[in-house]
Amino acid sequence: MTDSLTAEATGPAPSPKRDSIRIVFPIGMLGGGFPEETVARGIRLGADAIAVDGGSTDSGPSYLGAGVAKTPRGAAKRDLRVMLVAARAAGIPVVVTSAGTSGTDSGVDWLAGIAQEIADEESLTFRLATIRSELAQEQVLGALAAGRIRALEPAGPLDAATVERCSHIVGLMGHAPIADALDAGADLVIAGRASDTASVAALALRHGIAPGPAWHAAKTVECGSQCTTDPLGGGVMVEIDDDGFTVVPLDDTSAATPMTVAAHMLYENADPYRMREPAGILDTSAAVYTALDERTTRVEGSRFEAAEQPTIKLEGSAFAGYETMSLVGVRDPEILAHLDAWLARLDGELRRRAHAFLGLEPADYDLEVRAYGHNAVLGDLEPGGSVPREVGVLLRVRAADQATATALAKTANPVLLHLPLAGMTHLPSFAFATSPAEFERGAVYEFVLQHAIEVADERDLFRTEFQEVAPRG
Amino acid sequence: MAETVAPSSSSRTLAEVADLVRAKNAGPFWLTLDVFLPTDEAFERVAASAVTDPATIAALYRTPAEGIRVFRMPALKAIKISLPRPVVQGSFADRDMHSGQQHVPLAGIVVG
Repeated sequence: MTDSLTAEATGPAPSPKRDSIRIVFPIGMLGGGFPEETVARGIRLGADAIAVDGGSTDSGPSYLGAGVAKTPRGAAKRDLRVMLVAARAAGIPVVVTSAGTSGTDSGVDWLAGIAQEIADEESLTFRLATIRSELAQEQVLGALAAGRIRALEPAGPLDAATVERCSHIVGLMGHAPIADALDAGADLVIAGRASDTASVAALALRHGIAPGPAWHAAKTVECGSQCTTDPLGGGVMVEIDDDGFTVVPLDDTSAATPMTVAAHMLYENADPYRMREPAGILDTSAAVYTALDERTTRVEGSRFEAAEQPTIKLEGSAFAGYETMSLVGVRDPEILAHLDAWLARLDGELRRRAHAFLGLEPADYDLEVRAYGHNAVLGDLEPGGSVPREVGVLLRVRAADQATATALAKTANPVLLHLPLAGMTHLPSFAFATSPAEFERGAVYEFVLQHAIEVADERDLFRTEFQEVAPRG
Repeated sequence: MAETVAPSSSSRTLAEVADLVRAKNAGPFWLTLDVFLPTDEAFERVAASAVTDPATIAALYRTPAEGIRVFRMPALKAIKISLPRPVVQGSFADRDMHSGQQHVPLAGIVVG
């Protein structure tokens, strides 16, 4: 694994200074599906580039843990095809970040393979840059030993054992590796894990546009239409210059108003004013949002403070066992009237059987019963309420191997089917959803890193390769 | 709104006063709660209520008050509350992968 690549070693040609740049961001996630007209309209409006994010941690640790995309392959291919065909015809670049949901090397390869198929089917030729962001455990352990790992709130200091548990570790790249790839002539950039903002920021910063507007514009459009009156609308275009940026919705029915644009800074951010990027901190506290007309909004006053020490945020997902679940419905009013007592009894009986029938100790497994319709979502935070009409009782068990997890779920089966209330003189039967009642969920994972790595240059951890893609004969 | 306060409004919840109360992950280790109010008066009232009191939020979400961050955004008539996720996203005990339903305890606060 090398840290520096040909493009960096030879030094990409600096891009000319531009007064402004227009970028189409069609949707919040590649594969979500957007109207073809979104991209066509953006190009008619003078788009200089198309950018889209392909990933997120928001759907949980499984995708990074397993290195598998959340998005169906066909949906990702459809969206990439729409962008790539239009962009090649217009002669503008496409940047996709966080390929394959989690941005692992397998995600980059997956999307690069899709791009090759599109080239075959559409007779396209283009220069592809792939930028890998997956880190070997040894790299992170080396940085840890060298004192270059910082804990991010609310995490504590990192220990080596946690790193060694990770199935996959990725670093979130900033703008620089992407800007370098574009400067080296890439028509399509497929990047591994990146900050949500990295693609749009790279497209602007490489032309010398001021970093405050560049990063703030990038943060504003990173979820596509989320910054407009219609979050399910047809994407946005952003025009960025040294003084600010303008958000233009790409469908007729939605509007980017000062309120919708400003409010997006709250979305999925712990701090609505200050955002850390590898190169520094975006500060939007002095930003002014002004309506240019009913549908477009101009933002000025955004600032960017360069960091003395560049850092790359890490994400890591660790194997956490195997799960098996069962779902049973309870509709009997008598049980529902005493549901907490019944659930406590159920939990106790399942744990008793785990030991009595399978010889399992409490440390050998995790088991949880959730009553959907009662308090499954909020748990102890549930403020209470009336007796539900019915509940779905979801049993989740986790153990070190699938066989044990499933054995435990099967041991639970007769109890889920028949457990009476204390003092009941008959044996009730409940409503299993399926046969067999058990669903094997396979390996499950958990997020274990909330840390950043100090680097000399924000490019250091990322590996870029170029390929001339052409239709295979 | 303040001018037309009726006696019954003294027991109104945040859900009844706000345009929107929402919750979401801010990464796997943070939960963030956003409140959007309809008027400057409603914003001022809620900004001065228990909604922005870290001790109240700590009790409601069973989390230490020290980690809670409260942002009052008058220009947006919005309030943001961020706290370390009581349970890490996607861990075995997590009940809400995207934290999308975690606004409900906050929305039940009586804001007067």
